[in-house]
Amino acid sequence: MSVNQVLTPILIPWVTGVILIFFYKNVRAQRLLSGFSALLALVNAVYLLRTVSAKGTIVYWAGNWAPPFGITLAADLLAALFVLTASLAGAAVIFYSFRLVDEHRERHFYYFLVQMLLVGVNGAFLTGDIFNLYVFFEIFLISSYVLMAIGSTKGQLRETYKYVLLNVLTSILFLVGTALLYGVAGTLNMADLARKLPQAENQGIISLVAVIFIVVFCGKAAIFPLFYWLPQSYVEPPAAVSALFGGLLTKVGVYCMIRVFTLMFTGDPAFTNGLLFALGVSTMFLGGLGAIAQYNFKRILSYHIVSQVGYMVMGLAINSTAALMAAIYFALHNIVVKSALFLFAGVTEEITGTNDLKRMGGLLLRYPLLGWGFFLGGVSLAGVPPLSGFFAKLLMLSGALEAGNYWAMFFTLAVGFLTLFSMMKIFIYCYWGQEKPVRQEALEPSFDYRRFMLPCLFLVLVSIMMGLCAEGVTGIIRRAAEELRSPELYIRAVLGPYN
Amino acid sequence: MEALMAVVTGFIFAAGTYMLLSRSLLRILFGTSLLTHGALLLLITMGKLKRGEAPVLRESAIAYADPLPQAMILTAIVIGFALTALIIVFSFRAYQTLGTDDTEDLKGME
Repeated sequence: MSVNQVLTPILIPWVTGVILIFFYKNVRAQRLLSGFSALLALVNAVYLLRTVSAKGTIVYWAGNWAPPFGITLAADLLAALFVLTASLAGAAVIFYSFRLVDEHRERHFYYFLVQMLLVGVNGAFLTGDIFNLYVFFEIFLISSYVLMAIGSTKGQLRETYKYVLLNVLTSILFLVGTALLYGVAGTLNMADLARKLPQAENQGIISLVAVIFIVVFCGKAAIFPLFYWLPQSYVEPPAAVSALFGGLLTKVGVYCMIRVFTLMFTGDPAFTNGLLFALGVSTMFLGGLGAIAQYNFKRILSYHIVSQVGYMVMGLAINSTAALMAAIYFALHNIVVKSALFLFAGVTEEITGTNDLKRMGGLLLRYPLLGWGFFLGGVSLAGVPPLSGFFAKLLMLSGALEAGNYWAMFFTLAVGFLTLFSMMKIFIYCYWGQEKPVRQEALEPSFDYRRFMLPCLFLVLVSIMMGLCAEGVTGIIRRAAEELRSPELYIRAVLGPYN
Repeated sequence: MEALMAVVTGFIFAAGTYMLLSRSLLRILFGTSLLTHGALLLLITMGKLKRGEAPVLRESAIAYADPLPQAMILTAIVIGFALTALIIVFSFRAYQTLGTDDTEDLKGME
């Protein structure tokens, strides 16, 4: 049954989701089942990573159809790492939702939608077929539309409409790109495409398709110039949903970019990497600068999602093993830390009743665990040793140095300062200084903020461990990056015995 | 035939883009569904329109039509259908709650 292991990260949330539909009114049962499924998914993801790490890429050919014709799912090290990190963030968000998502939302298919979102995200990580990728994208996007709108406040409806429109547009472009690829190569299996695209006679159209895919993934991952929807729309839903989106959704776009541009569109690296480098750097700067002007807790964090995604794209564009490692490490670190920071924002909002930094202050005295937890997450994002963000930046710097790209080093450090500035701004406004009035409910003796903290602190602990065990983590990531640098391995594994 | 389809696809994309740029929520919805149809037409044209018999094994047939684009279109139609339904509901709820269907009025609303 070792083959079926590729399917498990998709099947576990899917089966859970289907069961959850049947008793959506029973909130207790929903919580119990989602919590159990989240833990199961986490254990399963660890197991998957161990198997892939020991035995190499695992492939599943649906219905035993020979690869270019049937649907293929493949778990290489990169996919397994992303699945594991996504399960970590997913579990933390689900446990956090028990306490801090209101019952109205819980009764309206909230847990079902979270599970379906995880189905789509894990599916996108594991699929080996470009049309299948489109389908999994749609699965998690449709779940995310509803998750964003659930509750139907004015702001949510307005922002959801924009979010849906932009994503529908990029999905249509995705379909167009897929159609063109099929027209050129006559296949949609990514490994088969990787083999056939270099032999195509008209290389111009392949560059065109590459640009279409850049636009598509830019829209999904919030890369310049298609990032404007993100800072607005991630502010409106409750913090748990923002954490899930902020941690996972943009990173799926980044993952697909890494996958597609190391495997398929390798024909004209000077052009594609130049374009990606310019986009990545602009994204980093604009995201970082955008955050400085803001005084809304969640909006600052949202702008930093944009900024951090830029780092990953820059790492991909430098196109060396070290820089690719940096991009992967950055993405994994960011899934964990960004989710944690949004969860902290949610707890802070629960206490103060606002997201406006100017209307909160002095929380550190009464809520030390919250304040110092946020501090750790914030400096991890900014890249202070020994937390995970430091090693992400260190790898990026050494990758850039190795490639002789001094501009990349400059941008890495400069934007790092912007991040540190924003995080300290939140810390100073929100947790330091004079105490300001908080919500009436938060003053009651029954209110204990510590029961919200476990999932947040769990994610911060993961970030600390990623930093302290950097040797082991970078070891696995180095192997993942080396696998990506020699795509023949992936191609041979996926086409397998049918080759 | 393929050339004609290319022109039709282009026309549908143009019409969809025009609708998308208007201010009414409902017109934007029509724009996205037109664009989806354009993408579907492109997809079926890319698999070459008529290359032979229906893809069922038979002794008389020499060439078969490519079934894969049709399978993909079927999937994409279902997804497009679900999305259109969802956007209609969103538009309606937005109209009910926000009291306008003009995107210009949605600007800067808190």
